[in-house]
Amino acid sequence: MTNIVIEPIHHEHPPTTWRTYFTFSTDHKVIGIQYLVTAFVFLMLGGIFAMIMRGELITPESDLVDRNVYNALFTMHGTIMLFGWTFPALAGLANYLVPLMIGARDMAFPRLNAAAFWMVPVVGILLMGSFLLPGGPAQAGWWSYPPVSLQNPSHELISGQSVWLVAVAISGVSSIMGAVNFVTTIIRMRAPGMTPFKTPVFVWAVFSAQIIQLFGLPALTAGAVMLLLDLTAGTAFFDPAKGGNPIFYQHFFWFYSHPAVYVIALPVFGIFSELLPVYARKPLFGYRIVAVSSLMISALSALVWVHHMFASGTPGWMRMFFMATTMCVAVPTGIKVFAWVATVWGGKLRLDTPMLFALSGVVMFVFAGITGIMLGAVPIDIHVNNTYFVVGHFHYILYGTVTMGIYAAIYHWFPKMTGRMYSEGLGKLHFVLAFIGTNLNFLPMHPLGLQGMLRRVSSYAPEYAFWNVIASLGGFLLGMSTLPFILNIVGSWVQGNKAPANPWRAIGLEWLVSSPPPVENFDEIPIVISEPYGYGKSEPLTSNLG
Amino acid sequence: MDTSLNPPHTTEATHDEAGNSMFGFIVFLISESVIFLSFFAGYIGYKLMTPNWLPPGVEGLEVRDPAINTVILVSSSFVIYIAERYLHSKNLWGFRFFLLATILMGTYFLYGQAVEWQSLKFGFTSGVFGGTFYLLTGFHGLHVFTGVFLQTTMLLRSFIPGNYDSGEFGVEATGLFWHFVDVIWIILFVLIYVWQ
Repeated sequence: MTNIVIEPIHHEHPPTTWRTYFTFSTDHKVIGIQYLVTAFVFLMLGGIFAMIMRGELITPESDLVDRNVYNALFTMHGTIMLFGWTFPALAGLANYLVPLMIGARDMAFPRLNAAAFWMVPVVGILLMGSFLLPGGPAQAGWWSYPPVSLQNPSHELISGQSVWLVAVAISGVSSIMGAVNFVTTIIRMRAPGMTPFKTPVFVWAVFSAQIIQLFGLPALTAGAVMLLLDLTAGTAFFDPAKGGNPIFYQHFFWFYSHPAVYVIALPVFGIFSELLPVYARKPLFGYRIVAVSSLMISALSALVWVHHMFASGTPGWMRMFFMATTMCVAVPTGIKVFAWVATVWGGKLRLDTPMLFALSGVVMFVFAGITGIMLGAVPIDIHVNNTYFVVGHFHYILYGTVTMGIYAAIYHWFPKMTGRMYSEGLGKLHFVLAFIGTNLNFLPMHPLGLQGMLRRVSSYAPEYAFWNVIASLGGFLLGMSTLPFILNIVGSWVQGNKAPANPWRAIGLEWLVSSPPPVENFDEIPIVISEPYGYGKSEPLTSNLG
Repeated sequence: MDTSLNPPHTTEATHDEAGNSMFGFIVFLISESVIFLSFFAGYIGYKLMTPNWLPPGVEGLEVRDPAINTVILVSSSFVIYIAERYLHSKNLWGFRFFLLATILMGTYFLYGQAVEWQSLKFGFTSGVFGGTFYLLTGFHGLHVFTGVFLQTTMLLRSFIPGNYDSGEFGVEATGLFWHFVDVIWIILFVLIYVWQ
């Protein structure tokens, strides 16, 4: 059985130019970059909305935008950042990296992959287009709780809210297509010899995240269908005036949307686990338990959703149960954090841009995790429910951890993706601005929330002004921080130094092929013989490559 | 023969596209079943917690005709299995006959559902009861329609010479989908018609 059939594939492919990225390409590497660039456009849009809001909040009075516009801005900011930035950006990284990391030539279903990507721009066009509707876009926040989301002030069938629901449904279909593809690819297409405990942690994390999509997303779809019917067909599901029950929507929504946080966070944990060993020159501490802890998080994520509903008339026994399960999430995430600390402990740290982003991401994740445990405790949650404390907590996850992690990944794999090196100076400038901006922007939200400032209002009591000014300045700095990033990425892609196959001396199948990799990735399918994090050891990763 | 370095199943799986498709389809069906589970959970919650469950003037649901419908739909699962066996033994006419029988049984189910909807005294907007009834039966009916559509496609494809020589993924997936639709219906029938 040692003879595997090797079919060297040498088709003539047209060279990859910028035009390739506007075609229905089925190459997972093209699709990965399509996802990443599209997602970054969404990050810019969502960021502009955020900066308009921070502009409004720099003074206590409601003076910059109309209140309805403010409602639309925070609704669209949340929706676009989740369904436009984090999901597609991580789908892009997973698309690019998973087949390379497992030694496959492409995803299991390349055409399904391309179709799933091209739904993302449709979602964006629908959401942005809803600004042109007579009643404006959806204004009920990214969670669209009824009865607020059922008000439909314009009385049109095609309202901002119904367009929002259709956009979320399309995004859901795209995610399910992606999840089926990732799970099939990871289970069935790993290179010979790549047993579960020779598979990179990033692949484990993507697998765990996609499992959540498969069992969680259908619940949101069910709730969204019922809400859309209430809104357009006059049914009674969530409308208390007709005998319906709005709390049921919250269950449907959070059964998916809390685990959705782990869909976003798990691949980022995977990124940290990949990067820290490379820049610390040490094996990943506790590789097996770090890998398995991702699956533990997936399993627990199905049992915690009611902690978003402690203040929704939830009975006492339910609060107790979900408080306990929420605390349990700290175990597998704690395992990861300790493993990361042990990995960098005593290592020869190389503080390149990816490492700076990864380390700061870990630090801010610890902070967000601590406030997360606080929020999981019923008494504190009820006190700070619906305040800026919650907003500060999840921005430390979604910017401090997830977005920093995505930046780390982009810098780390930029040489592989483009065949060019990025500028280290601009990268470090980006890091410094982003790190200061994040903390200036989101740290003040914690004292504001503890003092009782409510989220989602455009005017506030004057005593909250000081921290709001600081937060707004941080927000603008965060906006500015993307400028050196754009300059760096565009400039380096056009005329950066040529990158070697493995500029970081990293261990992994993706570093055994040229930069950028050839169209079918591997001329010869690698035969994996050792664990992926053998830094400081001298055993080869494969028996036939590199 | 060093299997530890080179597990044979992994090597084969890399090139087994039909196997990938079936695996992916099963993953999809598992995910699809969660939508139904969500609707079922919603239905149970509503039924237990809504004070006036039946709309005014509605006594309950007639069980006899839906029960006949149930028997026909569940039987059709065995009929499509026979069709698959015939295809497997390369008997194309046997395959076509039993697939056509499945299509007719599925179509009769949809017809029976339409007749039942016509006779009911409540609509989609008649409270949570009407909403959940039409949502569940309608969403399931959509799946029955999709199944019949897939079966018709497979029937027509059998007339393309040599179409099923290289593999029967389409027919296997259609059969599996049909069993899925049947199982969902049994749960739905118990929840809506038996538990009144």
